[in-house]
Amino acid sequence: MLSWMAWTWPTALVFIGIFSAIAVLIVLEIRHPGGAMRKGALGLTTTRGDRLFISLLGTAYIFLAWLGLVGMPLWTPLGLAIAWGVFCFWKV
Amino acid sequence: MKTENQKAWLFVLPVLALVAFNALIPMMTVVNYSVQETFGDNVFFWQGLDWFQQILRSDRFHDALGRQFLFTFLILIIEVPLGIAIALSMPRKGFWVPVCLVLMALPMLIPWNVVGAMWNIFTLPDIGLLGYFLNHVLGINYDMTQDPVAAWITIVTMDVWHWTSLVVLLSYAGLVSIPDAYYQAAKIDGASNWAVFRFIQLPKMKTVLTIAILLRFMDSFNIYTEPFVLTGGGPGNSTTLLSIDLVKIALGQFDLGPAAAMSLIYFAITLLVSWLFYTLMTKDDLN
Repeated sequence: MLSWMAWTWPTALVFIGIFSAIAVLIVLEIRHPGGAMRKGALGLTTTRGDRLFISLLGTAYIFLAWLGLVGMPLWTPLGLAIAWGVFCFWKV
Repeated sequence: MKTENQKAWLFVLPVLALVAFNALIPMMTVVNYSVQETFGDNVFFWQGLDWFQQILRSDRFHDALGRQFLFTFLILIIEVPLGIAIALSMPRKGFWVPVCLVLMALPMLIPWNVVGAMWNIFTLPDIGLLGYFLNHVLGINYDMTQDPVAAWITIVTMDVWHWTSLVVLLSYAGLVSIPDAYYQAAKIDGASNWAVFRFIQLPKMKTVLTIAILLRFMDSFNIYTEPFVLTGGGPGNSTTLLSIDLVKIALGQFDLGPAAAMSLIYFAITLLVSWLFYTLMTKDDLN
């Protein structure tokens, strides 16, 4: 039934990751409503959801920039992306 | 603590289902295509991130992206001030209000492919009203089928003609919502027209202008039909915007993998610019 979608394991894992992150946010929101809003290091008022969005968008750009400017392998941008995600949830 | 009414979630469900089917699932398929190669028949071969690397490093993509930004930049710096100026000069009361509003709404009612076809016929050098007039009456050499500059002037003018109305109507809605008391206070203080515009009208229009600019950005950045019908991306590649190039790769060459990678990069750019713009415009309100 899903063969037309041409699934591969790596892309499936990416989506599983994103959807689980959203699920975690939903659970957190039910436990602690209000989205943990705060004014962060970039001068933006962000909620947990905003921080996830900024992390994911930044990650996409880190990988794209690395692919375009440097190329394979992608271990360095992976490290950068994780650092960026930690920074987003910690400070932004 | 009192439980809040959660019924609203139930009403959002149909939209969620719709978005899942017409946006999310196709989008996931595009992601899957972008890491594979296919020769048809639903047979796919793993390709990794090669397509992304290839697209990011191709001159063809850089050129199309440059043209896309130029197009969006040009129409925004023309349409936004022009739209505000027209909205400011429209009557606020009386018989002419509905007349102006209907006249303004007319271009937006015309389907995109018809707009492209209209402007094509209008500007063709030998048979078009404008093209014939410029070439044979005024003696200006204007041929959008041969000359890239003429082609650019034509597509930008077409977009301004088609979409300035949106900025006008939204700005007008913002202007109408300003209570008279503000103007009376300004009059008592002896404020100049510029001061009234700068400190009363512009701040009151800010929200609707944000939406107008955001809509115009996204629409013009994703524009396909009008320039495709008008110039077909030519002459040469001079008006091949991103979406036209994307369709050429996907349907013309049937290179689904590179096309999928390109559309994801395209999507990331649209998403980032829209997010940046929206965040910067609403930053002060939230703080």
